[in-house]
Parts: sequence; structure tokens; C-alpha cells
Amino acid sequence: MSTPKMVTSRLGFEDSFTIDRYVKTGGYQALRKALKMTPEEVCAEVTTSNLLGRGGAGFETGRKWSMLRANPVRYLVVNGDESEPATFKDRMLIERDPHQLVEGTLISAYAIQATQAFIFIRGEFALGLERVLGAVNEAYEYGAIGPDIFGSGFSVDLVVHPGAGAYICGEETALLESLEGKRGYPRIKPPFFPAVIGLYGEPTVVNNVETMSNMPWIISNGGAAFAALGAGRSTGTRLFALSGHVKQPGNYEIEMAKSTFRDLIYNPDLGGGVRRDNKVKAIIPGGASAPWFGPDQLDLHLDQDEVAKAGSMLGSGSVVVMDEETCMVRAAWRIARFFHRESCGQCTPCREGSGWIDKIMRRIEDGYGREEDLDLLMDACDNIAPGVTWPPQQTTICVLGPSIPSSVAWSIRMFRDEYLIHIKEGGCPFS
Amino acid sequence: MTDDDKFLIKIDGADYEASPGELIIEACDKAGVHVPRFCYHPRMKPVGMCRMCLVEVSGPRGMSLQPSCYMPVQPDMEIVTESDKVKKAQDGVLEFLLINHPLDCPVCDKGGECPLQDQTLTYGPGESRFVEAKRHWAKPIALSELILLDRERCIQCARCTRFAEEVAGDPMIDFMARGDSTEVNIFDDNKFTSYFSGNTVQICPVGALTATPYRFASRPWDLEQAESTCVGCATGCRMVIQSSQDKLIRYLGIDSDPVNQSWLCDKGRFGYLANYAESRVVTPQVDHQEVSWKVAVDHVARAIKEALATTGPESIGIIGGSRLPNEDAYAWSKLARSVFGTNNVDAQLGDGLDPEVIVGLPKATIDETCASPLVVLVGPDIKEESPILFLRLKGAIDRGTTRVLEISPNPTSMTKYSAMSLFHRPGEAHLVVNSLVTPGPTKAGSGAGLPVGGVELADIDRARALIEDSPGVVFVLGRASMADSAQIVTQCASKVRENLPGARFLTVVRRANTHGALDCGLSPNLLPGRMTIDDARGYYEGHWGQVAQGPGMSTGEMLARAAAGSMAVLILLGADPVSDFPSRSLAKKALESGALVVSVTSHLDESAKLAGVILPTTTFGEKGGTTTNFEGRVSSLSRKVTGPGQAFDDWTVAVLLAKELGGDLGFSSQQDISEEMERVVPLYSNLKPHIWTSLAQSDGVVIPLYGDRVVPRWFDPIATPGIASLVHHPLRPGTGVDKESDPVRGESLPQVPARVEFSEVSRELSIPTLDAYSLRLMAPKVLYDRGVLTEPLSGVERPGSVLRVNHYDLDRIGAMSGDRVRVVSSAGAHEAQVEVDDSISKGTALVAFNVPRSEGQVLAGDLIGYGELVTDVRLEAL
Repeated sequence: MSTPKMVTSRLGFEDSFTIDRYVKTGGYQALRKALKMTPEEVCAEVTTSNLLGRGGAGFETGRKWSMLRANPVRYLVVNGDESEPATFKDRMLIERDPHQLVEGTLISAYAIQATQAFIFIRGEFALGLERVLGAVNEAYEYGAIGPDIFGSGFSVDLVVHPGAGAYICGEETALLESLEGKRGYPRIKPPFFPAVIGLYGEPTVVNNVETMSNMPWIISNGGAAFAALGAGRSTGTRLFALSGHVKQPGNYEIEMAKSTFRDLIYNPDLGGGVRRDNKVKAIIPGGASAPWFGPDQLDLHLDQDEVAKAGSMLGSGSVVVMDEETCMVRAAWRIARFFHRESCGQCTPCREGSGWIDKIMRRIEDGYGREEDLDLLMDACDNIAPGVTWPPQQTTICVLGPSIPSSVAWSIRMFRDEYLIHIKEGGCPFS
Repeated sequence: MTDDDKFLIKIDGADYEASPGELIIEACDKAGVHVPRFCYHPRMKPVGMCRMCLVEVSGPRGMSLQPSCYMPVQPDMEIVTESDKVKKAQDGVLEFLLINHPLDCPVCDKGGECPLQDQTLTYGPGESRFVEAKRHWAKPIALSELILLDRERCIQCARCTRFAEEVAGDPMIDFMARGDSTEVNIFDDNKFTSYFSGNTVQICPVGALTATPYRFASRPWDLEQAESTCVGCATGCRMVIQSSQDKLIRYLGIDSDPVNQSWLCDKGRFGYLANYAESRVVTPQVDHQEVSWKVAVDHVARAIKEALATTGPESIGIIGGSRLPNEDAYAWSKLARSVFGTNNVDAQLGDGLDPEVIVGLPKATIDETCASPLVVLVGPDIKEESPILFLRLKGAIDRGTTRVLEISPNPTSMTKYSAMSLFHRPGEAHLVVNSLVTPGPTKAGSGAGLPVGGVELADIDRARALIEDSPGVVFVLGRASMADSAQIVTQCASKVRENLPGARFLTVVRRANTHGALDCGLSPNLLPGRMTIDDARGYYEGHWGQVAQGPGMSTGEMLARAAAGSMAVLILLGADPVSDFPSRSLAKKALESGALVVSVTSHLDESAKLAGVILPTTTFGEKGGTTTNFEGRVSSLSRKVTGPGQAFDDWTVAVLLAKELGGDLGFSSQQDISEEMERVVPLYSNLKPHIWTSLAQSDGVVIPLYGDRVVPRWFDPIATPGIASLVHHPLRPGTGVDKESDPVRGESLPQVPARVEFSEVSRELSIPTLDAYSLRLMAPKVLYDRGVLTEPLSGVERPGSVLRVNHYDLDRIGAMSGDRVRVVSSAGAHEAQVEVDDSISKGTALVAFNVPRSEGQVLAGDLIGYGELVTDVRLEAL
């Protein structure tokens, strides 16, 4: 594949995380270039690139920046709290190319004129923390962070903050609460979004690690060059975290919208096919909170809008492949259990609903299910996400709650027979 | 906000007017559309957590479910509260809430008044589909001696944790863990010792939080209730008193907007326990032998007759009266002046303030104080003196409506909320106030250079700037310490009056009805209605027949005279001078001097133990009438239960004594007294019976009335206590009081004497210089003191009489923390154990006033002499 490598170009080097290697490979040139442009021009390049946020929601980065409330104080927060099962792309960027992340963060800070930026990194990323802290220290010495960076007159400080072990802090408003030193409880939106009232009450942009890591390429090569790749709104390349029953799981940077899920799974340079050449039974197209796809949907393009139209999401770009030997009940239960354990407990439907659904799913998997449990599960899902549609409606404060039906309700819809076998046979046929 | 800002919204298809910033749930409440809720509380910031109040709201992306307690209304917003979607959501939320909630309603104290029960019945599913095991916790756990928590019942609404942090400023409880393992708990072994902890029980929407005194005491449907006013201190919090089988069972705060806004302190909330304390007296006693009322009253009357015949009316004195309702105080005032012929009456026990400071200064209400851009606190730690005033002021500071400048000898509970604190040498507050308000060049710039009252000049200048920059200022005055004289506070008031004529005052006194007792004339120089004897003697002779001449003696003067052996009869009207008079030795000597001491009391306090005659009286909850808080606000008391044994109302005792002495007060009921007060005392004009009736359900009125309006309030006994009462019904015609349409009756009389105005001229007080070997004594009052109200409140931590000093001063005498030292003051020498406390300023020693005597310790009252401006003590190592 001849796709340019925008965020993974340095990964071949052993010392890809050092400033020496980074500068030798053209690092910090984009920042120097950006500093010679006006902030508005930098924003314009990003808007032209139509870079979609890589965290999960896929909101246009340029538009997000433009919605920032005018204020003397603005903050930029980078969300590196990647904690979802099967999502591991940011981790690689954090560990292997921390300077790219730092440079992207600085370009973005300049673009929105934030003089204080934060990188919030999942606490369990011990190596990642070490690497980013090292990169930030090197960048300070290099003159890329601090007062009057590269003699441009622009000053910015960058703080690295480790998370305290809660998945919910990947939700941007819970992250802000955590950053403020409070319990990681998501804030209620509407009425106010972080762009209006964010960190410490000031307007704040929260962007994903991969989004930031794209900035150096976009500034160096121009937004138009980025937008020339991909199709429709899905421009540029994207890092897909492929896992599950494929022969070659891993992170793959490929052009958006040009390939299909089938390509991703079967291309010898990518997934290389399903283990033991089994058939695909289901895939999760965009992280644990995305509704599942069946084998009939493998020819959908890796295009944000196409996937959304088909009833799921490209989300965090992690694709999980489940082959025919997989128990769908168990798979769905494991995801439900994850959300139960990670529910912050702030609002009732998620706090109580996640635990209840976990218990029922486990009971079915253990062979003590009742036929009415399926309706009960669907209705409990409905009480968290009314209508059980995608994109979801919600009775909860944040979208963690409505992430539960994505596995539970969709697996019931797709594999009802398998559930019934569990119930009728009093156990899991796969174990 | 003008009416122009208002806009229209649609609720369930009908148009309503709403204001910017209003929450949807508030707009629905106003429209009479009930939205179920758990976590929402009108006195706290919304959190939108329980999701019970979800309604459909129109927005840019169409209708969606939104928490009505969190979303503000927008112009043309469409709100749907009863659609299938909303009902499904409510149903779902309730089912979720109940899956882990134990079904122990039959043994739960909340059962019968439980919002979870009620709303499940109204909005919830008929039965649960939950067949799994419920979550289990140990039940219940003690958060403190008073508060128990059953975590199984908790629905994680965060009302209690928000109250503790946001309202009380005591973040001692919080959520622990996450998800469905979330629990409320304390941190390690740090108990939930907030003075306000009982409020969490009242606002808990389930039976998770219970208070030990009420546990299993009654079922809600067995309770009868009446509104009343707390007499735990002089704040006058409105509350509901509940009884069952003629026994007081529980008190709940009422949402009285101008006063307590639904909160109570624990001292007030659990005050009913005192009615059943062992120290309660229920039978008259003469020389500690139980006798009949006839014998006891005869005994007193004989002594009074003998005194009148021999030593004269000035040898009779009445001390106390501030624990009485206004009507009873008036009856005793009339008895003293017109039957005994003496003006020796004093409601205050030397621990209060100059009466003119209390009744004669331009007043500010609590509301006005909280709305003032600057509040200057001079005196006590208001959290100890008036806990609810502390909450109100803290709330105003948090909202940014006011700032506080604190002038205090030591850091107080208010210090961390104050814009600035000046810590001065005890007894020298007036010097600090003087330098703050006297015009002239800035102090630091004047070259004098020496600190004022121990406060650096640069700090004085900063504080002056605060006052000068503020468009208005309210001074909150009170006694910081019983070890220095009330004259110091009077001088503070004088300096402010002379230099800041626009300043207003809120005088914080301790005992509940001090203000009312003074208004009713229980003061040596005041007749009822805040008028001096010289001004109003003629006026009252026209009504009462005779009134004694000239000002009478204050409590201190009476005690001193009694100690010298020249008082014949001392009547203690619900008063305990041995505990409360600053100089304990003088009070004791006076009561042991041979005068007949008559204790008219509900409890066997220390002074009653020395009394020759004890006349048992009813106490709070057992008698009606009105009381006046420190704002001058008159509100109602309720007689909910009958007094025990042979306890009589205080006014009845006055009538009995008058009769025995051949007089007639003209009263055969409390109603007779209030009618006479309305007719005779100009201050009470317009407080007619129909106002009294509506007072029983209102926030009370600040007298004198000038077009004040009495707004009756709706109170639903079944709805969540303290919340439903927020609904204020609009004024009905005829219940308002308007001066123009209803002129003060006094105007038709030939001449109504003027009310007294504060007229003290500022002068120099000769505060002795603190010598290098002495420490100045601080004896502040504390909330949990040795008073009868807190006595049965087991489990709360009362400070002991521990002598505390800065380590610097202890080093100087070569003693260590925990050592025994000799403490010498003008009142005598004592031994005490001393402890180091570096929050206390150098050169200061502190012992809390009227607290239980710790083993081998000295009481503050033992060290305080009579008639001295300040108390200096010397510590000597043993």
C-alpha cells in the first residue's frame, strides 16, 4: 500500500521516542512553520484538512476549535486516557512517538491561543508516561515549550497528568473533573460544553492523542494534501487497532474510506485473515461501545459516515474480529461486565442498570437463563438508551450507559438463537 | 430582574411565564406540574444525578429527555412531562433504584414519609423484575454518635454529601468507590461531627440516614405536628415540632426564607430531649421539700410582703426572663413594676449586651445582612453563637453577594470564609473598630507606628480600605468573651454610629428571647415597647396603675447587693446565674447570702440547687405564645404537649403571685396578655389576633410593623419535610398589615413616648495595660455548653474546661503542655492543667465559658471578677 504514513512514519526506528531522532526526521519543523503563520491560518489549515477527531465521536477538529468561547484564558487538554478494551492505537503513539504528540499539541495550543496545555495519560501507561514526560522535558530544553517558544513571542506550558485508573476519565468532562482534582464524574451537557465552560470554568478544547499527532503532517504538507486522501468527510489516514481472531493483530495506518473491513481483515499486509481460516461471525467496528456488525457488512468502507449509516460507528478505530468459534453471549457479557465495573455510579440508570445487565448476562452464560430474560435485557437496555437505536438516546448523563446495549442488545438481535440455546441447554455450548 | 426579561414556555401544551436562569423543575413547580425528584433540593446546587426528573425538552435536535432539575428554561422551550417516553423513563429509573434497595419498609423509620415509597407508588412499576441477589452492606454504620447510615437503603442522590460540603462547609462525608459499589462514608475514623449533621437525616429521600434519638421512636402516621420557633439560641429558626401520645418525638426544620431556609443545628433539632432530662423539676419545692403550689406561692408572697414592709421594693429583684415567651415576660414585667413596685428586673445575666445596643441601633435583618456588600463581624464565633446565621452568611459569601471583615481575638469558624480577619488583643476590639471608622489619614501613614489592640497598622489600613470601598456595611455585634465587659461592645457601636451613620447592625445575643424580654420591659431601665422609664413611666401608669420610679438594678448590681447581704428576695426567672453570670464566685456568694432565692425554672440547674423555693414551669413545646429573635422578628411558639407534673406556665406564676399580694394583672389566659400588649404597647400595635393566627404558619414579622406583610405558607406534613413548605401562597386580601389602612392605635392616644435610640457617646475605656507577666483571658461561649438543652444530647463532643495557651507563653513560664499550673486572677487563684494551642494568639489564655468542668480544671467563671473591663491572669509553673 502506498498510503503516506502520517503518524507512524518513525516507528521503524529503535530510538523513535528521542528528540534526536525526532529532529533528524524533520521534527519540530511544523511547529516552527506554524509559529510563522497566524493562529487563524493554522486553524484554517486544520479546517481545510477536515480532520475528524480520532477519539471516538469523530467531530471535525477545525469546527470544534471554532466553537471555543472568546476568552482571555483558554485551555487545551489532550485526552490520552485510552482505556477501552481492544483500543491500543494511542498507546503506541504515546510510547513510540511522544515528540510528535507534543509537537501536535503545541501547534494546536498556538492555533487556539492556549498558553496552558495538559496531556492526560492513562495511569496504567507506565512506559507512556515516562516517554511523554521525557519528551516534554526535552522539548522544554529545546525551546519548543516555555516562554517565547522558538523566539516566536508565543509562550505555552505543558503539563502531563497521569489518570488514576478509571475508564470514565476518558469521557472528556470526567477527564476535566479529574484534572481539577475531583471525582471523575462526567458533567451534564447540555447546557454547557467544554468549549464554553471547560477546565476550571474556562473554555477548553479536548482532543485525542491521534488527532494531535496528525497536526505536524497537516501543517507541513497543508490541509489540502490531507483532505486529498480518503473520501467524503473521512479524510487522511487513520490508525486502526485490529484485534481478535485475525492472524496479524496490530495497529495499521491506512487511508480512510478506501479500504473495507474485509480488506483490513484479509489483506496479507494487514490482518492476514482469520485464525485457522475460520469464518467471521461478527465484528465490532469501532471499539467496545460500538454496535456489532455481521459478516454481511464486511464490505463497508472504513468511512465514518458509511459506517454510521449502517448503524454503528468507526469510533476509536479499533476493530475486533470474532470468528465462528466465539460464544456471542460470553463476548457480550464480557463487554457488559467491563462497563459495569467502569460505571462511575453518578447516575441511576448506568449505575444500577449496568450491574443488573451484567448479572443477567452472566446467569445466561452460566446456564441459568430464562427465556423472559431476553425481553428483560432488551427492556433494561431500553431504559438506559430509549429506543435502543444508534446513535443512541440516553437517560444517563454520559454515553457510557448507552454503550452497554451496543453489545448486549445487538448480540441478542443478531444471535437470538445462540442465547436460546444457552437457556434451553442450561449452559454454554462453546465451553 | 424586570418583567421584560420574562418569556413564555410551554409545559404540557399550556403557556407559562418563566424567568431567565430558572430551572425547568422550578418552572414546573410554579405551574403546579409535579415532576418527581430525589436528588434535587431547592437550597442546593443541582447535580442531575438521580434522573428521576427526566422530562422531554425541545432543543436544536428535537425533543430529548433532559434532567429538569439541571436544565435552565429557554424562551419558547417546549416541555413535556407526561409523554409515554417520560413515563417509561420514570418507570425505568424507579425500577433501577429499587433493584438494590432493601424492602425493609415495615421496619424503616422513613416508611410512611418516604419519597422513594411515595414516588414508587405514583410513578413506578407495579413489581420488580429483579431476581438476582441484592447488594449487601453492614447495616447500619455510625457516622457519628448521632447519625447512622444504612448503605443498603442509600440511592446515591448526594443530598447529604452536598449538604455537608456546600451548605455546612463540613466535608466530612463523601462518596467512596464507584459504580454500584458507591457508598457514602466518613474518612477513616473521623466522625461526622458537624453541628449541622441532623439536616442530612431530614433531607435524605430514603431511610439511609437516621438519627439515633428518633430511631424506632415512632411511625410518621402516628405523629401530630405544629409549627414553632426554636429557642435553642436567639436565631429563631422555624421548625415543626412533632409529638405522639403527648410526648415530643422529633423536630424538623421549615423552609423559612428569611430565617433558617429549612436548616437546623443539631442543638436545636434534638433539643426536645431536654424536656425529658433527669434534671427536669415537676413539683414545687420549699427548702428542697416537695410542697403544694399553694404553700410555695404563700411562702414567696410572705417573703415579698415582708421585704416590702421592711427593706423596701428595691430589695426585691428579678433576674432572667429571656427563656420566656414574650407574653410571659410582659406579665412578669408588669408584676415587678406595678405589684412589687421595683424596677430591679434584668433579662440578661451579665453575659449579654447593653440593652440599647440590642434594641436601639438601626437594625439589619439576616436577609439584609446577607445582602450587604460588606459585613463586619465584631465579637463571637457565630458558628458557636448562632449556627444558622453562620450558614446564611457562609452561603452569601459563597454566592459572592457579601464579603466579611472579621474582628476577633482568635481565628473562628468564619475566618476561612472572611475577606480579611483582624486578630486583636482580647478586650480591645473597640480600639480596632475606632481606628477603622475614624476619618483621617491612613494609620500606617500617620507615623504613629504602634499596633492598635495588637493589630498591625498596615492591616488596619487594608481593612479601612475594605470599609471605605463598600457602598454599605452591616456590623454584626456580640460578646466575643465573657471575660471582658459588654461596655467594649457598646463602645464599638458608639464609634461606628458616630462615624458611619449609614451603618446598620445585627446584634447577636445568645439566649433565645433576650430581644423579646427587653421589648417586654425585663430590663432595669426599659418599659415594654423599648421605652425608657423616664420617658414612659407616666404612659404606663395610665395603663397599669403604678410604675416604680427611676432605673432599677442590673443583674450584676443585684448580685453584688445580694452578696453584701442587702437583698431580701431574688427571683430567678428561668435563669442560672451561677453558670451564666461571668463571675461565678459573685453569683454563688449572692445566692448563698441569705436572701430568699426563688427559682422559677423547668430544670434543676446549678442556681436552682441553691434556691429556697423552686417553682416548676413548662418549657419549649409545652407552652404557646411568641418569641422574638435577635433581628426583632416575632414568631409563634406552639404548645404541642402538656407540661409534666405540676409545671405551670411562667405567666400563670406571675398571676398567682400577684393575686397572693393583693394585685390583679388582669390576665386569665395568654391570649389576654397578647391582647393587652397589642392595645397598650405601641411596639406591638397591629399584631392583632388574626395576625397571631396567621403567624402560626409564617416566617414571623419584624416589629414594629410598617406595612409588613404576613405571608401564610402552605405546609404539607406528608411531603418531604422541609421542602414542600417552600411554596408561598400569594397574599390574600385582609391578611396584610398596612400602616396607612390600619393606623397604629397609639396615634389616637394623647402622647406615645418615643422608642429608645442608641445614644451612648464614645469615650475612652481605661483598659489596663497587659503586663509582661500576664495573659489576657478569653472565655468564649460554645454551642455545646453546660446548658440544660444540650445536657441529654449524648454523644456530641463538648469541649471541656481546658486552659489553652500559645506555646510561646508556656515556654516563658517553663511549663509543658499537660503540666499543672497555678492560675491567678483578681477573682482568686486556682490550679489547672494547661494545654498548648498555637491557634491562640500570644499573650492570651483561653477557657471556653460554661462548659463541664474537666477533672481538676478551673472554670472560666472562677477566674472572672465582677465589674472589670478585662480579665488578666498570671500562670505560674508548679
